[in-house]
Amino acid sequence: MNFYALIAQLIELVAALLLAPLLVGWVNQCRAWLQNRTAPPLLQTYFTLHKLFRKEVLLAHNASPLFRAAPYAIFACMALASAIVPTLSTNLILAPAADAIAFVGLFALARVFIALAGMDVGTSFGSLGSRREMLIGFLAEPALLMVFFTASLISHSTSLSSIVQTLTRTDLIIYPSLAFAGTAFTMVSLAENARVPVDNPTTHLELTMIHEAMILEYSGRHLALIEWAASLKLFAYSCLGIALFVPFGISATALPTDLLLAASCMLIKLAIGGFVLALIETLSAKMRIFRAPEFLGTAFLLAVLAMLVHLLLETGR
Amino acid sequence: MSRLALIDWVLITALIWLALGIAGVFLAHRFTVISRVLFPLGAINSLVLGILALVGLLSETQELILPIGLPGLPFHLRLDALSSFFLFLLGATSAGISIYAAGYFRKSQSAVLGLQCLLYHAFLTSMSFVLLANDGYAFMVAWETMALSSFFLVTAEHRHPEIRRAGYLYLLIAHIGSVAILLSFGLMAGSTGDYTFDAMRQFADGAFWRTTAFLLALVGFGAKAGILPLHVWLPEAHPAAPSPVSAMMSGVMLKTAIYGLLRVGFDLLHAHTWWWGLLLLLVGLATALFGVVFSAVQTDMKRLLAYSSIENIGLITLGMGLTLIFRAFGMTGFASLALTATLYHCLNHAFFKSLLFLSTGSVLHATGERNLGKLGGLIHQMPWVAWLALIGVLASAGLPPLNGFVSEWLLLQSFLFTPEVPHGYLNMLLPVFAAAIALIAALAGFTMVKFFGVVFLGQPREEKLAQAHDASRLSRLGLLWLAAGCVLLGLMPNVIVSLLDPVMQLLIGFGRQLDARPENWLFLAPFYEERASYSPIIFFCGIVAMTLVSWLAVRRYFHSRAKRVPPWDCGFPLQTGRMQDTSEGYSQPIRRIFSPFFKRTRQHPSPFDAQPRYLSIVEDPFWYWLYLPVAWIVEQGTRVVDFLQRGRIAIYLLYSFATLITLLVLTRG
Repeated sequence: MNFYALIAQLIELVAALLLAPLLVGWVNQCRAWLQNRTAPPLLQTYFTLHKLFRKEVLLAHNASPLFRAAPYAIFACMALASAIVPTLSTNLILAPAADAIAFVGLFALARVFIALAGMDVGTSFGSLGSRREMLIGFLAEPALLMVFFTASLISHSTSLSSIVQTLTRTDLIIYPSLAFAGTAFTMVSLAENARVPVDNPTTHLELTMIHEAMILEYSGRHLALIEWAASLKLFAYSCLGIALFVPFGISATALPTDLLLAASCMLIKLAIGGFVLALIETLSAKMRIFRAPEFLGTAFLLAVLAMLVHLLLETGR
Repeated sequence: MSRLALIDWVLITALIWLALGIAGVFLAHRFTVISRVLFPLGAINSLVLGILALVGLLSETQELILPIGLPGLPFHLRLDALSSFFLFLLGATSAGISIYAAGYFRKSQSAVLGLQCLLYHAFLTSMSFVLLANDGYAFMVAWETMALSSFFLVTAEHRHPEIRRAGYLYLLIAHIGSVAILLSFGLMAGSTGDYTFDAMRQFADGAFWRTTAFLLALVGFGAKAGILPLHVWLPEAHPAAPSPVSAMMSGVMLKTAIYGLLRVGFDLLHAHTWWWGLLLLLVGLATALFGVVFSAVQTDMKRLLAYSSIENIGLITLGMGLTLIFRAFGMTGFASLALTATLYHCLNHAFFKSLLFLSTGSVLHATGERNLGKLGGLIHQMPWVAWLALIGVLASAGLPPLNGFVSEWLLLQSFLFTPEVPHGYLNMLLPVFAAAIALIAALAGFTMVKFFGVVFLGQPREEKLAQAHDASRLSRLGLLWLAAGCVLLGLMPNVIVSLLDPVMQLLIGFGRQLDARPENWLFLAPFYEERASYSPIIFFCGIVAMTLVSWLAVRRYFHSRAKRVPPWDCGFPLQTGRMQDTSEGYSQPIRRIFSPFFKRTRQHPSPFDAQPRYLSIVEDPFWYWLYLPVAWIVEQGTRVVDFLQRGRIAIYLLYSFATLITLLVLTRG
C-alpha cells in the first residue's frame, strides 16, 4: 500500500510538472478561438519556457540574494502544492504531511516570497505590484479557507485526501452548501491566478498590472521558473476544484488500472475546466483594482454562507 | 545544600537577577563590565531558569512560604505546571534578549547604564515572582514592581516629551488595571480575609459575585495585555522603550497578563460559565482585528510591531475564550486542544515578536531612524539582521513551516469542532469566528511583507543609510537564538505539545487529546490522523528538497552567468530611491477598505496649489470615542469639588475635625 502511495505520488508530481504548461496553452488556445483570433500552438508555453531558460539573466545592480532565491522557492512551493492535491488518487504519501490549512499556508508562503522579491529592486512597479498582490492575497485567502472549512465540516476532516474520499463516496447526495462554496472557489481561483476579471495575464499596461508588475525585473531562467510556477498554480487550483466539486473518478487505491481511469477522467475534466476559464475570461471585462475587494468580499461572504448553510440544513440537528 | 527543592532553585535564579542588577548600580561607571559581564550572566541565568521550568513542568506542584513582607502576611509561592510553562517562556525568551542587550548599548549611554541594568533585572525578577506568587498580596507586590520597573525603563529617555507622555499613560492604565485586579482578589477572598490563592479556589459565592470577580480580572489583566479598549498605552509605551525592553514588554510582560487571566479564570474561578467564553471571544476578535488593521497602516516600525502585539494578544484571547466555552460545556478534549493552541501561541509570539523588536533595535542603532519612510535597502548593509528578521516576519505572518503557523493551525482546528457545542445558536456563531481569524492571519501577512519590504528591501530612501552597520556579535547571537526558537517551535510541535500536557491536567483536568505520542513524533494530529494532520518536518524537507532539485537542475542544464544591469526605468532615467512606494502608499488599500476603523484627517491640495502639501493622519478612534470623553468627565468632576481645595491649613483641619465628629456620631450606635 505504501509502495503504491509512493508511486502515485511520483506520478502526480511529474504529471503536474509536465501538464501544467499544457493547461495554460489550452486555455490560451480556447480563448483565441472564442475571440476569433488565430490560436498560438498548443505547445507554445513549453517553447516559451525553453527559450527563457536558455536566455541570459539580467539582474538589477541592487538585487539582493533574496531576489535570486525567490524563484526557486516559489517554484518549490507550487510543485509541492500540486503534489499534495489528490488529482489521481487519494492514497498519497505526502497527504498526511499537509492538510487543507497547510495547503493554504503553502500558497501564502509563495505569495509572500514573490511579493518580497517584487519589492527587492525598489522600482515603483515592483512594490506597486506586490502591494496589490498582497491585497488580493489577504482578501482571497480567508475565502479559500472558508471553502475548505465547509468541505471539512461535511467530511469531518481537514485532510484533503479524506475530504475527497468522503465526497467521492457520497456520490448521490447533493450538498447545497457546496454550490455556494463552488462559486466562491471559482471567484477565488480567478483572483489568485491573476485572471480576468481581477488581473489580466496578457497585459503590460501599467495601471492594471498585478502579477506582471511584480515580476517585471525578472528575466531568463528566473522568469521561466516563475512562469512555470504560475502555470503550476493554475494547475493546482484546477485540480483542487475538480477534487472538491466533481471528484468522481479519483481513485482511492492507487492501483495502476485505477490510475489510468483517473488520469483519463482528469484530462477530460481539465479540458472542460480550461474551456470554462477561457469562456469566463472572454465574457467578462477586467475590473478596476478597487472593485476587487468587493469581488473577493462577495466570495468570502459566499463561502461563509456555504458554511452556515451546511450547519443549518445539512447537519440534521 | 543538596536538599534544596526545585522551587528553591527557581527562587535563587530569580534573586540572582536582582543581585546582578544591584551589582550594576555599584559598577555604574564600568561600561564594559556591565555590558560584557552582567548582561551575559543574566542570559545564562535565564537559560538556567528555562531548564528549571522545564523540569518543573514534569514534576509535582511545590509550595514555599517566604517569611518576608508584613507581619502575618508572608509570601506564599507555588510552582505548578502553569507557572512552570510561563517561567519557561520567560527564561527562554529573556536569554535571547539579555544576550542581545549585552551587545546593544553604546558607550555614550553608559551614564545611565547602571540604572538601566538594575531596572532591567528587577523587571525580570518581578516577572518571575508574578508567576510564582500564590497569594494576592505577593502577587500584587510583584505586579506593581513589574509595572514600576518597566515604567522607568520606558521613560529611560525622559527628555523627550512624547516619551514622558507615553510613560504617564502607561502608568495610569497600569494602575487602573491594578485596582481592578485588587478588587477581584478582594471579592474572591470574600469575608474570610484570607488572600492566599488556596483560599480563593474555595470561593463559592453566587454566580453574580463570581462573574463580577471574573470581569474585574478581565479588566485588570486586559489593561496590561492591551485588550480593547484598554490598549491605547501599548502602541505608545512599547516603541518608546529601548529595543531590548520593548522586546521584553511585548514578548514576555504581555504574557504575564495572559497568565493572570488563565490563573484567575481557570484555576481560581474554575470557568464554568459559557458566556464568559463568548465575551472573551468577542473582545479577542475586536482586539485582534483592530490590532492588525492598525498595524498595517503604521509608518513607524516599532509602532507597527506594537499594534501587531495587540493583534496577537487578541488571538490568544480568542483561544482562551474558545477553551472556556468548551470547558463550560464539559467538552474537555476540545478544550484542551484550544488551550494548547492558546499557550502555544503565547510561546510563539514571545519568540517572534522579541526577534522582530530586537531587529528593529539593530536598525535603529545603525541608522537612528524609526520612520519607515526613511529606511530601505538595509538587506545589503545588515544581512544578518535582515535574514534573521525574515524568519521572524514569516513566523509572525503565520506561514508554514515556522512556529506562527502551528498555533494558528491548532486554533483553526479547534474552531472546526465548534459545531458540536450543544447550544442552539452558539454552534452556528462560533465557526464564523474562524473566518475572522483567517482574515486576521492574512492581514498579518500583508503587514509583515510591508514591514520587511520597506525596511530591508528596495533602495535606501536616505543617503545616510549607506553607512549602516550590521549588529554586533553578541546581538547577532541573541537574534540567532530567538530565530532558532522560531524554527524549532515550528518544526517540533509535538515535543512542546506533550510538554503542555501537565498544564492541561491542571486547568482542564484532562490531557493527552492531541495525538502527540513519542512514536508519532513526525505528525501533529488532533485526535486521529484521518481527521487532520500536519507534519512540519516533512513539509520543510519537501520545500527544501524541491528548491534544491530545481536549483541543481536549472544549474545543470541552463546555467549562464547573470549580468548586472541597471533596473528597468520605463524610459524615465531620473529615478531615485525616494520614488519607491512608501509605507503610506503600501497601506493605502487598507486605509481605503477599512476606513470605518480609522479617525482620519486628510488635506489634499487643489491642482492649482503652487506649493502642494499632502497631509493624512490616521488616529486611534478610541481616543475620541472613549478616552477624551472620560477625561472630560473627570475634569468636570474635579472642577465641581474644586471649591474644597482652599490651600489653607485651617480649612483642612476643619475638614478633618468634621470627618472625625461625623464618624464618631455614626459609630456611636
